[in-house]
Amino acid sequence: MIQHLIIAPILIPFIAGALMLLYDDRQRAAKFWLSLVSGGLLLLVAIRLLIEAKAAGSGGIGFYLLGNWAAPMAIVLVIDHLSAMMLVLTATLGLASLIYARAVWHRQGQHYFSLFQFLLMGLNGAFLTGDLFNLFVFFEVLLAASYGLMLHGSGQARVRAGLHYIAVNLAASLLFLLGVSLIYGVSGTLNMAHLANLVPQIPEAEQPLLKMGFALLGIAFLIKAGAWPLSFWLPNAYMSAAAPVGAVFAILTKVGVYAILRLSMLLFAEDATTMAGWGAQVLILLGLASITFALFGTLASQSLGRIAAYAVILSSGTVLAVIGFALAGGGGWMLTAALYYMIGSTLATGALFLLVEPMSRDDGGIAAMLALTAEIYGTGKDDNVGAETPDGPAMPAGLTLLSVCFGICVLVLSGLPPLPGFIGKLGMIQAALANAVAATFLIWSFIALLLLSGFVTIIALARIGIQTFWGSDETASPVMALEVAPALVLIALLGVMSIKSEAVLRYTGNTVEALEDRSRYAYGVFSASRTTAPILPGAGEAQP
Amino acid sequence: MELTLSFAIGVLTASGIWLLLRPRSFQVIIGLCLLSYAVNLFIFSMGRLTLGAPAIMPKGGFIDPTRYADPVPQALVLTAIVISFATTALFLVVMIAARGFTGTDHVDGKEREPQ
Repeated sequence: MIQHLIIAPILIPFIAGALMLLYDDRQRAAKFWLSLVSGGLLLLVAIRLLIEAKAAGSGGIGFYLLGNWAAPMAIVLVIDHLSAMMLVLTATLGLASLIYARAVWHRQGQHYFSLFQFLLMGLNGAFLTGDLFNLFVFFEVLLAASYGLMLHGSGQARVRAGLHYIAVNLAASLLFLLGVSLIYGVSGTLNMAHLANLVPQIPEAEQPLLKMGFALLGIAFLIKAGAWPLSFWLPNAYMSAAAPVGAVFAILTKVGVYAILRLSMLLFAEDATTMAGWGAQVLILLGLASITFALFGTLASQSLGRIAAYAVILSSGTVLAVIGFALAGGGGWMLTAALYYMIGSTLATGALFLLVEPMSRDDGGIAAMLALTAEIYGTGKDDNVGAETPDGPAMPAGLTLLSVCFGICVLVLSGLPPLPGFIGKLGMIQAALANAVAATFLIWSFIALLLLSGFVTIIALARIGIQTFWGSDETASPVMALEVAPALVLIALLGVMSIKSEAVLRYTGNTVEALEDRSRYAYGVFSASRTTAPILPGAGEAQP
Repeated sequence: MELTLSFAIGVLTASGIWLLLRPRSFQVIIGLCLLSYAVNLFIFSMGRLTLGAPAIMPKGGFIDPTRYADPVPQALVLTAIVISFATTALFLVVMIAARGFTGTDHVDGKEREPQ
């Protein structure tokens, strides 16, 4: 029974989402509870998988052969440290955003909860699959759901940004397909583990085609990850999306980062012969450029939503640069710290997106949005708009809590002690300094940009904080418990992350070790027995 | 045959990209359609071109795989067609909504100011 747990993160949201389509859209309470059950189950399953991966040590890797066909014919699901980590992150962020949406947003349009479940399904599938074409399919599932969620609540700004978002992502999907088919044309397989075995054996003459395939694939992932020249769509789209949607979109960019990390470590890591370290320089440069772009963007932004969107770009740019350094042989410790930083910054940006709305309610931010929505749905003039106050009790001392949450988010994103942002950045800089012999200029500029990014973030966010909490004289409108609670939980998790930083860092360290030990992944799939076993220590005995 | 196919893919891609970069949303969607046709043909060609070869092998016995067409790209193309069809339909709806909101079919939602 336990081995089927691997596919549960895909099946649970799929079934829940499909079930909810059968309900009438007015049964919102039922839908909410169903999604909550699904989200909770998802979190439990993800944590269980994480514990199993952790218990199995750095070599622990589990395979699930769909339909019980032998690899590489079968579509295979793979769970290892990295996937388990991403699953837990998705489930946590998803649950927080789900609870937040209960306050206002789920009423602003149709099928919110179904779309949300399908988004979770696509995310989980993308993290679990061990097959390039399935990666494409799950990307499309999560993108299709994200188009719906992005437009949720409608309104001119959202539709306009959504149009750009969809057009860019459709073009990216086509590039993805081109890349996948080129790789298939050269190597004859789409299974990632099989590819890892075949890539070193591809004859010199066919390598340019293969590289072209991977480059196209890389462009598609970089668009998703929001790397610099491909990220101009991102701030507008994320800013105009509804708050809970923005929060869960914080992990959407990480799917691109994850795919790049997974594929490049598997295929172009140091020992993989002729194509070793391929693309490392490009990743470093694009990462540095994304950080720079995010710096200027953050400074130029006047609204919290836009700053949060640039924080997303900043975080994925940092991780991309570190992946580049790791590919070029920068040592695992830097990547370990970067993964830690990624978890922290994803949770913090998610929380920040959740804070945008309660913080800007006084400015008429949400009132204006709701008025627009009511206008679109033709639900009358003002009476209906006024009625759209959030559900649930108000939070006692709401504004104080809000400012504390905001302050902690600022600390994490700018990398001040004692929170995860600081520990992650410290680790990255420490490893970079230890490694400064090679490619010194890039390393030094990375360190400089990292420090500068913290400084810039604190300037921009402090400005917003002062305007919101100190600058207004009127009595603030009440803050709803349902809206602050998810952000509080995310922030509490950040606190736990810094208290337990040693354990988390050990886990990410094991993740990096597992990524560097390619043979377990590359040969494990083929030795996975047809009836599949749960994660075993050293399940993938190398059998070339 | 190879030349014809690659020429067709090239022309479709070139026109698709040109249309994609145009300012009108109708041109953009036609461009995306053309691009997706080109991509589908490209995927198909990655299984190598064969004439009159079935993609499904008979059951049992020894078979010579060179006499059969590669079934994988055909399956991939089918999936790709369905997905791009669905997303294009969705895009069309968003486009019409944008037209309704902004009153213009410019992709930015507003006309460029006259010089």
